[in-house]
Amino acid sequence: MNPAGNGREPVARPIGFPALPDGPDGASGPWNAADTLTDHDRLARGGAARWEPLGMSVTPALDLRGIGKSYGSVKVLDDVAFSAYPGEVTALVGDNGAGKTTLVKCIGGIHPFDTGEYRFEGRPVRVGSPRDATRLGIEIVHQDLALCENLDIVENLFLGRERRRGLALDEDTMEEMARTTLSGLSVRTMGSVRRRISTLSGGQRQTVAIARAVLWDSKVVVLDEPAAALGVAQTQQVLEIVRRLADRGLAVVLISHNMNDVFAVSDRIAALYLGRMVAQVSTADVTHRQVVELITSGTSGEPGKRR
Amino acid sequence: MSTDIPGDGVAKGPDLTKRPDLTKGATGGTMTLADSDFATDRREHDMRSALLDYWHRIKAGELGALPAVLGLISLVALFTALKPDTFLSKGNMANLSVQALPITILAMGLVFVLLLGEIDLAAGVASGLCAAVLAKLITDAGQPWYTAVLSGVAIGIVIGTSIGWLVSVLRIPSFVVTLAFFLGLQGVTLRLIGEGGTVPVRDDVIVALSNKNMPIWLGWALAGVCVAGYTATQLLRWRRQHVRRLHSKPIEFVVAQCAVVAAALLISTYVLSLDRAPSPLITLGGIPWGVPLVAALLIVCTFVLGRTAYGRHIYAVGGNSEAARRAGINVTRIRISVFMIASGLAAVSGIVAASRLNSVATSAGGGNTLLYAVGAAVIGGTSLFGGRGKARDAVLGGLVIALIDNGLGLLGTSAYLSYLITGLVLLLAASIDALARRRRSSAGR
Repeated sequence: MNPAGNGREPVARPIGFPALPDGPDGASGPWNAADTLTDHDRLARGGAARWEPLGMSVTPALDLRGIGKSYGSVKVLDDVAFSAYPGEVTALVGDNGAGKTTLVKCIGGIHPFDTGEYRFEGRPVRVGSPRDATRLGIEIVHQDLALCENLDIVENLFLGRERRRGLALDEDTMEEMARTTLSGLSVRTMGSVRRRISTLSGGQRQTVAIARAVLWDSKVVVLDEPAAALGVAQTQQVLEIVRRLADRGLAVVLISHNMNDVFAVSDRIAALYLGRMVAQVSTADVTHRQVVELITSGTSGEPGKRR
Repeated sequence: MSTDIPGDGVAKGPDLTKRPDLTKGATGGTMTLADSDFATDRREHDMRSALLDYWHRIKAGELGALPAVLGLISLVALFTALKPDTFLSKGNMANLSVQALPITILAMGLVFVLLLGEIDLAAGVASGLCAAVLAKLITDAGQPWYTAVLSGVAIGIVIGTSIGWLVSVLRIPSFVVTLAFFLGLQGVTLRLIGEGGTVPVRDDVIVALSNKNMPIWLGWALAGVCVAGYTATQLLRWRRQHVRRLHSKPIEFVVAQCAVVAAALLISTYVLSLDRAPSPLITLGGIPWGVPLVAALLIVCTFVLGRTAYGRHIYAVGGNSEAARRAGINVTRIRISVFMIASGLAAVSGIVAASRLNSVATSAGGGNTLLYAVGAAVIGGTSLFGGRGKARDAVLGGLVIALIDNGLGLLGTSAYLSYLITGLVLLLAASIDALARRRRSSAGR
């Protein structure tokens, strides 16, 4: 019996050897073909602004355009454009109610959006369910982590995607892979991969949740406030892991309220204000203060960065 | 089945402060990839640390099989002291093993439901209804035993499917759904058998389950196979983990565990193989046929829960159903399936009970049948809160309950006292479960 039942046989790999995104030479064709489409789109949608990537020649792993989402009569997202690039940490900031969580849910296929275009590695895709997102290689680490406390670390890492040998589970291989992955994240403080989640601290649980996201052949990892409930040292540890993921070629989206965290690890900042994307800028180009202004008022006082 | 002393949690009080390198910000600071502690984690415990660890777990509220084993020992001591000549007699030991069979099978099915934190109050009367169907088919319709057994189990599965559907799709609390079934199914049994009546079961195969014994050589052979199989499985697993340098128990522990299981199996086989005939003219000995049935069910259920993805998913749904859903597990399907298993095994339990009484009455499976089974599972160590429990809990707890029932019977206790005592024992088991759970959460486990 296989309740997971997804067609894709998950390809697990040690995090030490990242499969780089297909990128320009993938099935999606050369990047400029995608760009032509972009221009076409831009014209079609009446010239909505699109922020240029830092590395000009890189296809964004995740590219959302003109996303709109309403709950009943409340418009939560309005014409939002959002991109995340491989090898970069994109921080998604915004005040409470700005639409961050809704955007993440749209990315993860939990709530489908009403309008807009979802592109993954340059090609348009349809993400109607969490399983669709997983199949593409998009993993979301939710704020509440979604771990089973009565299971151990290995069991949680492979939950829903267990390795089998015949009818039985292949515990040995799973344990080895879990260890390799956690070692690759340079996690040193967990003791044993057979510890129950209920015996772990908050930071350790966060690490397990992140490890679960990268254990598979994932390309985009979205972290929803990973450091919200953590202490100083634990936050530091988690931020290090976040940075390491990006350094290995994954596109990382980090949601955070903490400007220090954002400036510590991100390459790019996307600011949501009342359901609109008010800026997607390189972290190096903005100051602390400008980002706070973007979050609180939707403008940074710099005409070039607003729309 | 295993004593479950893997002894995790070596590093208590993790040192989170020893992070020498700080993240250097957006421009890609230097990240030193130090060797992980998981390199040093690749070791087995020695005996001392494993024992120490076991002690820590007990203190933190992970009791496992301990209450059931202690209960068994103290009950045996108590009844031996009170009724020294009858309680430990060979005949009573065989009687006890047969008495425990239906409770154990019913409890084994309930373990699956309890693992999800649900309850099946209708399992008892479902077993009665299935037994009634079986008896009707054999006695009135003249069907062979296998058709009757298959029909009985099929009806059990249909009942389980309906309960599961109502619980998981309509989202009615399982307590309410199964309470309704508890009442309704009693009505169906009454209609089937007719008021106040009983249907006799005279089929040789069915009656043999509880009333006939295996030849003594076969009993020893089966016990030998079980001991050898268990030992081989445990040792091979230890060797595999040892060779691949995975997390494993110390070898002394594995050997001790095998020795305990082997001793328990062989001693019971010896006791049941003794001639227990009341008259010297005939010989009566051997393991009742129902015992290998329970053993087979135990092996299958242990494998399903512990070694298959399906079993893992049951634990996951019981621990955190939202996490399980997000992990792509079909929670609805898991929920329906555990009720199917519970009612299917309830049917088997009803058949064994019918075999023991040679008949099915309208009250079959009613009364305290279900509470005995729930009590058995909980005494064995299955949590009422979901997520914790094993198939072997049903066997240990079933023995405890059967011991109480049997001992009170020997003492000639009045019916009202039996009810009171059994109720108190169930309450005690549930309290231990709740206290252990509180202990676990305060100990961070």
